[in-house]
Amino acid sequence: MMPILSALTFFPLVGVLLIILMAPKGPHGDTFARQIAGYTTVVTFGIALYAWFVYFDSTKRGFQMVEGFAWLGGTIHYKMGVDGISLPFVLLTAFLMPICIWASAAIETRVKEYMIAFLVLETLMIGVFTSLDILVFYLFFEGGLIPMFLIIGIWGGPRRVYASFKFFLYTLLGSVLMLIAIMAMYVTAGTTDIPTLMAYHFPRDMQLWLFLAFLASFAVKLPMWPVHTWLPDAHVEAPTAGSVILAGILLKMGGYGFLRFSLPMFPDASLYFAPMMFTLSIVAIIYTSLVALAQEDIKKLIAYSSVAHMGFVTMGLFALNRQGVDGAVVQMISHGFISAALFLCVGVIYDRMHTREIKAYGGLVNRMPIYAAVFMVFTLGNVGLPGTTGFVGEFLSLVGVYQVNTWVAIFATTGVILSAAYMLWLYARVMFGKLEKPSLQNIPDMNMREVLFMVPLVAATLFFGFYPAPIFHMTGGAVEQTLAGIKSKLDTAEAAPTPEMAANR
Amino acid sequence: MTDAQLLIDAQAFAPELSLAIGGMLLLLVGVFSGDRFSETVTWACVALFALTAFFVINGAEGRVLAFGDGMIADPFGRFMKLTVLAGSALTLLMSIEYLRDEKLTRFEYPLLVVMSTLGMLVMISANDLIVLYLGLELQSLALYVLASFARDRAKSSEAGLKYFVLGALSSGMLLYGASLIYGFTGSTNFGAIASVISAGGMSIGLVVGLVFLLAGLAFKVSAVPFHMWTPDVYEGSPTPVTAFFAAAPKLAAMALFLRVVFGPFAGASHQWFQIIALISVASMILGAVAAIGQANIKRLMAYSSIGHMGYALLGFAAATPEGVEGVLIYLVIYLAMTIGTFIIIMMMRRNGRAVEDIRDLSGLSERDPTSAYLLAIMMFSLAGIPPLAGFFGKWFVFLAVVHAHLYALAIIGFVTSVIGAYYYINIVRLMFFEKPAAAFEKPPGIVNAALLGASGAFVLVLVFVPGPLVDAAQAAAQSLFR
Repeated sequence: MMPILSALTFFPLVGVLLIILMAPKGPHGDTFARQIAGYTTVVTFGIALYAWFVYFDSTKRGFQMVEGFAWLGGTIHYKMGVDGISLPFVLLTAFLMPICIWASAAIETRVKEYMIAFLVLETLMIGVFTSLDILVFYLFFEGGLIPMFLIIGIWGGPRRVYASFKFFLYTLLGSVLMLIAIMAMYVTAGTTDIPTLMAYHFPRDMQLWLFLAFLASFAVKLPMWPVHTWLPDAHVEAPTAGSVILAGILLKMGGYGFLRFSLPMFPDASLYFAPMMFTLSIVAIIYTSLVALAQEDIKKLIAYSSVAHMGFVTMGLFALNRQGVDGAVVQMISHGFISAALFLCVGVIYDRMHTREIKAYGGLVNRMPIYAAVFMVFTLGNVGLPGTTGFVGEFLSLVGVYQVNTWVAIFATTGVILSAAYMLWLYARVMFGKLEKPSLQNIPDMNMREVLFMVPLVAATLFFGFYPAPIFHMTGGAVEQTLAGIKSKLDTAEAAPTPEMAANR
Repeated sequence: MTDAQLLIDAQAFAPELSLAIGGMLLLLVGVFSGDRFSETVTWACVALFALTAFFVINGAEGRVLAFGDGMIADPFGRFMKLTVLAGSALTLLMSIEYLRDEKLTRFEYPLLVVMSTLGMLVMISANDLIVLYLGLELQSLALYVLASFARDRAKSSEAGLKYFVLGALSSGMLLYGASLIYGFTGSTNFGAIASVISAGGMSIGLVVGLVFLLAGLAFKVSAVPFHMWTPDVYEGSPTPVTAFFAAAPKLAAMALFLRVVFGPFAGASHQWFQIIALISVASMILGAVAAIGQANIKRLMAYSSIGHMGYALLGFAAATPEGVEGVLIYLVIYLAMTIGTFIIIMMMRRNGRAVEDIRDLSGLSERDPTSAYLLAIMMFSLAGIPPLAGFFGKWFVFLAVVHAHLYALAIIGFVTSVIGAYYYINIVRLMFFEKPAAAFEKPPGIVNAALLGASGAFVLVLVFVPGPLVDAAQAAAQSLFR
């Protein structure tokens, strides 16, 4: 069988090679790099769609398109494969990348390097979702730090150095703890193969430690309160496309990690820590929503709202039932569309006015009707209005958690109200009122290019908002299987302790 | 000893012999021709290293004891010899351009490197305390001279003198430890010492001897608390000498260290585990913290090397073949990163002088993007960020540590690696996020550019083909345990 996933993962590197080897010097080279990056990302999206339509069979259980070979000695293999949980994220990544490239017209310095950084990042991000060996996963997961560090640091705003260092060191500290856990799993289970590890039942005591180590990494990445503070800084300073990637995809790695590793591999620990995770989720939802209310920088406000929305994800995941997990997945996909689009919206006015202060705007609807309409769609999406993907995700994760713990659901629901408060207030302050500020008198509306890269996002948000079935169709089998695996492990743990567990006590 | 035995012995130690004879012949050439042919002598020395490596590869198979069991040739030794020879040859090649720029081209330079390398090979082959000391001193004496090779410069002389005085002190400690070991076991031979320990355990005198011996060795690998010489010597020595210090002698000393703790003292792992764990943790912490405040890039690399030796020593603590395998992989990868980094450091010249402040690298990505990206790759790799080579060094060492259930050591190691990452990415910050400083005189010459490209390629590509290195290191590590 054709190694379709490797081709998909590494195709962006072809674009990198082309830019390095063939780009002429000077401004022509910049244009060339833009075009190559654009084509490469579009083709990558094409490959992803092809893999989905031609190879993916949602009725099949387990991983598909599996490929690999012996790699690092011992039992460590290079192994690729997807199931219904990872495929949506692959598609989301491949979908957002061309938009990011198109949206980077404002980048004028070091264009070639910028494009190379994004293409390398795309390979690393897709690899995170397609790898079926936990060490290979780690390589992709951690490798993404390098291009993102450079993207924030080179093309970022005034406090970019601080933001990039904070991003790098925070994430690194979380990840090395996970690496120790990966090593411990390898020496205990004798394999780094993800499907085998998902079937392997670690002793309960060990699970607790492993869970905490993985939590250290995913909680930073997601991010969860109280280790979220790198995110607002990184978002504010990153260039627009960098924010889009951060919010759209990098954050999802944390949620994906919980769903792929923490839940199926450490089910006893997940159950044990679920109350803690609920608490942290609720704090994230309520506290960061309140913080978002107080923000004066548009990007920072959206960044805090991201943290709050990720709270729904962790809450849904740890409900450990079908609705909750489905809701979490949809919430992540939906947040991928909506937050990406919101950052692009901020980018549109930032490119014109070079400020993200809410106070600097007001009454934009008078001069920018198209922009106001687009922003409205995503504002409402972020609020979770029925008819947008935001609603599907929040509703399902709330339904899921309601079955487990009513109080959690009640507290979390206040987050929906708060998100309406900060988003609508933001919208009112930026868009409505009279256009009084002299600096805004000549601000032009969105141009054709900006409209074009918003169209797919608007379409996706609304389409999947009204008709989310394709997502469930894709994810349903895998989610069901994951939950069944967790349940059977929990049942055996209750019924009879495994020999390892007995030995451990 | 019969003639036939002598022939077998000589065959097993063809590398050492060829290096000794070739070195002396080239010394004659140098003496009679003066400095006119210095660069030719340098190239000849590189060829000599290649020839020696050829003898290593095609030499005796398996495990051979020779010269009255005083020396040993085994797969472990071969692996380390090849690594050390590569380190010496590459750092010698790197030096040509710098020495020419600094008007330091003298034929003694390559020959001192050859003599020092000969000492290293003897160290690696040592199976007896006396041979150990012989190799160590031959190596060190050549290094003392190399450190003060720029003899007109006060800093270089200071480096040489400091290194000499402190090195002599450490040699004294090592010798004292060796004499105690001899006194309490009745032999200087590693095999005999091992059988005494396995029969009668560790007496107090033997423990004291071991502590002194390890102190001497820790000095040579610059592990905390015997690291004090490193920053000063690194800073004061001419840059190619610093690169050489960071590459070859450290690796040879590590090999000797491994040989000693897993050879004669394999039965005393309870005793040395505590020492190794302590110096390893201390080195990792100091290497991570102390480098943060350094403005001089050579001093920074000195602290970085202290930290890296700490990580390598962590592999000892596991006391398994897996741990040794990790150490060996770590050292090879460290060698590649060191060479790449020092080529850039040697490129840092302005107005005919070498500059060494890290701020001189500011904005390098705009002045010379290729060098900047390569140095950035080296820095990320030194910080251990995957998928670069430096990560795999850490992976194998820490895997062994976790396998030995030394979780506390693993956690300390990783946390220090995050702290250490700060100063590596700080250099990346200077190169990429800051406004350009004045340009350097010229890009690296053709030899250095090739070496830089090769080390960059190694660091980048190892992730795709880790097999050969891992397999070789595994075979070498297992031979140490028999």
